[in-house]
Amino acid sequence: MRTITGAQAVVESLIAEGVEVVFGYPGGAVLPLYDVLYSSPLRHILTRHEQGAIHAADGYARATGKVGVCIATSGPGATNLVTGIANAYMDSIPVVAFTGQVATNAIGTDAFQEADITGITLPITKHNWLVKDVRELPSIIKKAFHIASTGRPGPVLIDLPKDVQTATLDYSYPEEVDIPSYKPTYHGHPRQIAQVVRALLKAEKPLLYLGGGVISSGASELVRRIAELLGIPVTTTMMGLGAFPSSHELSLGMLGMHGTAAANLAVTGTDLLVAVGARFDDRVTGKISTFAPNAKIIHIDIDPAEIGKNLTSHIPVVGDVKLVLTEVLAGLEVNKAKVEKLAGRRQSWVEQVKKWQEEYPMTYQLGEQIKPQQVIQLISELVGDKAVIATEVGQNQMWTAQYYPFEEPRTLISSGGLGTMGFGLPAAIGAQVGRPDKIVVDIAGDGSILMNSQEMATAKCENIPVKVVILNNSYLGMVRQWQEFFFDCRYSCVNLEGGTPDFVKLAEAYGWLGRRVSDPAQLKDVLAEVLNHPGPAMLDVVIDRGENVLPMVPPGGELSKMIFGKEGDK
Amino acid sequence: MTAKRTISILVTNHPGVLARVAGLFSRRGYNIDSIAVGRTEEPLVSRMTIVLEADKATGEQLIKQLNKLVDTVKVSDVTDDATVERELALIKVAADSSNRSEILQIISIFRAKIVDVSEKAAIIEATGDESKISALIELLRPYGIKELVRTGKIAMVRTGN
Repeated sequence: MRTITGAQAVVESLIAEGVEVVFGYPGGAVLPLYDVLYSSPLRHILTRHEQGAIHAADGYARATGKVGVCIATSGPGATNLVTGIANAYMDSIPVVAFTGQVATNAIGTDAFQEADITGITLPITKHNWLVKDVRELPSIIKKAFHIASTGRPGPVLIDLPKDVQTATLDYSYPEEVDIPSYKPTYHGHPRQIAQVVRALLKAEKPLLYLGGGVISSGASELVRRIAELLGIPVTTTMMGLGAFPSSHELSLGMLGMHGTAAANLAVTGTDLLVAVGARFDDRVTGKISTFAPNAKIIHIDIDPAEIGKNLTSHIPVVGDVKLVLTEVLAGLEVNKAKVEKLAGRRQSWVEQVKKWQEEYPMTYQLGEQIKPQQVIQLISELVGDKAVIATEVGQNQMWTAQYYPFEEPRTLISSGGLGTMGFGLPAAIGAQVGRPDKIVVDIAGDGSILMNSQEMATAKCENIPVKVVILNNSYLGMVRQWQEFFFDCRYSCVNLEGGTPDFVKLAEAYGWLGRRVSDPAQLKDVLAEVLNHPGPAMLDVVIDRGENVLPMVPPGGELSKMIFGKEGDK
Repeated sequence: MTAKRTISILVTNHPGVLARVAGLFSRRGYNIDSIAVGRTEEPLVSRMTIVLEADKATGEQLIKQLNKLVDTVKVSDVTDDATVERELALIKVAADSSNRSEILQIISIFRAKIVDVSEKAAIIEATGDESKISALIELLRPYGIKELVRTGKIAMVRTGN
């Protein structure tokens, strides 16, 4: 036991948790904490906006699997975290956010830079605390890291009044954590697992549907073994991209609104849908009553509240995906003879799925102008297995999900549930900090990149060599696409022409390498130059303005009814 | 089919725990009919009894969501259990010398009592299950109810044999 201040206790606790880097932005109410950071071994990355700090912590967590940490001051600093916290909450990303707060005796007086951030973030955190007694600080931090990273992961927030940071305590960091009211279920019920095995051994047209839970639980390898053992085709959500190698012969790519035709037709035709770490989101299911209409549904998830939330499953299994699948695989292996007999019965299903893939391949027309899809394919050709890909939100994100061949988990950093424009650049910065061995590329749109472009300064100052490739169509492209399809081509407030900055000059202003390309013939060379540049670099790619993300299932539509081309061509 | 469901929740006594529970109801779109909160035999634990209108599936989903809150110790839907249910109501009814005895007769059937009386009004205290309280209120309504406070239902599961 040593007597130290609350601020010192925060930093010591972070070090005890194995934290190496924090993203943050100082201010009045966190001055005591920043004073301790001044002489601490923790790396602090100063972002240029608190939203950048939380997204960077989020991107760091997605790329590494560790808990991301960020710090902001009270009031506006704290409220600037809100979007990022909601983003991490929707995608179940472990983040611990520290906010400064006015002194305890000023709370509730509308003091300068006071905001009730624990109240504001109640519905978007897994849990949060306002620390009123400095002696509770070490155990709260211990609990925060435990809650953020276990069960279904998620963001937690710790609000630190200024006087709590300066008060002293006898410090020791707890070795164990015990929260009687928080006990996630890790092991699946044996009876449910036996039912899963039986169903897998009976189904003639099974399909695996993987979500982000496969990645967060580290179960990719297990999923691959089960899929190969039984010869089951695999589709993933956007959050699940990378959980199964896209080059694998059983891979059907993404399903849902912008999924592949083969994946969506397979969902419609399957007799056993095995949902693993996925949550039947509306962007995946379309019209829920027509989703997987012929299937028995197995739902494996660590969050009991996901079972039956959107869809009633026939065989629910609550538990950690990795532990549950380990049991399932063991159950299959003792039934080797049955597994071998199955192969023949499934032949026609596997052939049918292959036929759909051949009949409806993911294609686009090359033209005189650069097509966004070719940019994405070229990035993969040029950096391939060395890359971690971040995206913004909109067409850029969907083209990436469709055309980038993700092979490994934690190589796509993208805002799924919340769909946060401006996520990509700060998240890429966080990912690059966590994975210095990778080439981190943010595939952006000319709309989203401006939502957090101030973080270019962060990358420059901290020598974080991220690359940004802007698919520039001078439109808020996804909104324009919806207006074309569903609002009679009335392009309301989406044309960015005349207002977009010169991205080459913007890059140079921040001390980045900046390049622009509009000629398809030069694309590969310029892209290679940018991707191989040792420092941060931005490439403005002028693309065909009218290009759409296809195929598309209209919102609330049936997965089997996709739009493949422009008007009439359905 | 929706019906009234009674949910009993044990929560740790942390500040803000009521806001967490109430916030969950509004965020997920559930309407609370009544909520009663108080200490239990464990000093660090409070019990909330919440009545809401929901179908069975919605009730199940709600319980799962409530269980996810870090501060909840236990959640149970006691709607279909054998329980003792009580609610307390204070009813200020217009009553003068002309009808006071009539009112007294009515409330005595309900084992309610007058706890305050003036020339023009009386305050009646009644306990019982929800339907009893509602029936009493309906009978008193013609006299003119000036003010009404109900605590909301509390419930305790009976000990089985």
